Amino acid sequence: MRTRDCKHICDESSPGIGEAGKTGEWRNSFPMIDQERCTPSRQNKPACFLCWLYCPEAVISKTVPVQINLEYCKGCGICSQVCPVQAITMINEEELHPEEDTQKS
Amino acid sequence: MIAAYPITPQTPLTEKLSEFVEGGELNAEYVAVESEHSALTVCTSASMAGARTFTASSAHGLAYMHEMLHWAAGARLPVVLACVNRAIGAPWNILNDQQDSISQRDTGWIQIYARNNQEILDSVLQAYKIAETVYVPVMVCYDGYVLSHAEMPVAVPSQEDVDKFLPSYQPHTILDPANPKNYNLVTLADPRVNTEGVLCHGYMELRYLLQEALQNSGEVIIRVGQEFAELFGRSYANMFWEDRLADADIVIVAMGSLAMEATVAADMLRVKGHKAGVLGMRVFRPFPKADLLKALKKSRLIVVFDKNISYGSEGATCSEIKSALYGSGVNAVIRNFIVGLGGRDVKAREMADAVTKSLPLLKEGFLNSEYPEWICYI
Repeated sequence: MRTRDCKHICDESSPGIGEAGKTGEWRNSFPMIDQERCTPSRQNKPACFLCWLYCPEAVISKTVPVQINLEYCKGCGICSQVCPVQAITMINEEELHPEEDTQKS
Repeated sequence: MIAAYPITPQTPLTEKLSEFVEGGELNAEYVAVESEHSALTVCTSASMAGARTFTASSAHGLAYMHEMLHWAAGARLPVVLACVNRAIGAPWNILNDQQDSISQRDTGWIQIYARNNQEILDSVLQAYKIAETVYVPVMVCYDGYVLSHAEMPVAVPSQEDVDKFLPSYQPHTILDPANPKNYNLVTLADPRVNTEGVLCHGYMELRYLLQEALQNSGEVIIRVGQEFAELFGRSYANMFWEDRLADADIVIVAMGSLAMEATVAADMLRVKGHKAGVLGMRVFRPFPKADLLKALKKSRLIVVFDKNISYGSEGATCSEIKSALYGSGVNAVIRNFIVGLGGRDVKAREMADAVTKSLPLLKEGFLNSEYPEWICYI
């Protein structure tokens, strides 16, 4: 199949999750939630959700526990900045996957 | 839908159109905008929403539209724009040359140059049919003051005949809240599979389609010209017009109203016994390389007059002629003269003299890589 089969003569798509591709691949660092500090988890009820409110990519769930969709999280770190109890830490991707860091090797 | 911002010498055009709309003679919406960039943005947006659109500008206004010229072409929107050709500053100047539209050569628009007032009207009508067939925007260019502020009798076709010639606009896409779509969002280097699982174009494939549309638009332009001739009796079934080319070994090439002046120069040369003819470029984009080759087959001396220049190189028409003839076996001497910048009067006598003084080169030889000569006082 070639791209001509899509029949579009200008760029066209339907609104939907992932239309711009897996934007999580753009990330340098990812947010890690410490559920023992996170307010909804600690209180075991819907609460706070400031990270959900501020996330510009809408990849944080308004659930107990709070979850982050890392397929689309671009790693901006706003969630870790707005968290009032410092439950979210940004972790460098290189620390997690040192074998993928070709530039340093 | 008309959106335009007034600029000399385009102003009479937009004033007249707004009068037509205000007086109820023209069933259109006239959007007054604060800039040319906005004018073309309103046009592209309205075109996406399914409206037939028109705008017009000159010189600095057209330059200000530059970004959206690319956008209209990339989005494949059949906007029609009249460019009333005017010089660009610095220094400030309001008079005619073709530097403004030539500077927009690579934006992906079809460019048509009118040689007289009748051609302006006829070309605008054809422009819609061409644009709405190939989904490429069309710029109809005509020389400021030479045509814009001069008068000649023009046959204005009836609404019924125009309706027969030009069917209603069929958009290739339409913005519709009931069926939400994204258009021309971030399109990265590689093709992608969309949410419906279909492999879709990347940026480069979409840009190839634009080039392909322009490559194939020549046939449409000629066919539309023929259809126009059948209904209105004035033929436009060619990408350029010819004057006495059949036996000419000296060919003057020019574009727009300048080519009309060249026919007078050819008269003068014929009186002196030279077999001179004129090739008047009408469609500059797409550039009709193959047809041109046939028309210039017999030529030994080609003198190209340009009311524009690609600084550090030569006139745009001359570059195109040279490119078309490369490897064709036509081994003509090609001379380029830069004329008429910023409204400097171009006399037929000067054009004839330029040809006459180029004649010895046929014996002496000439490198077609030489820089153009300017007809000015320096």
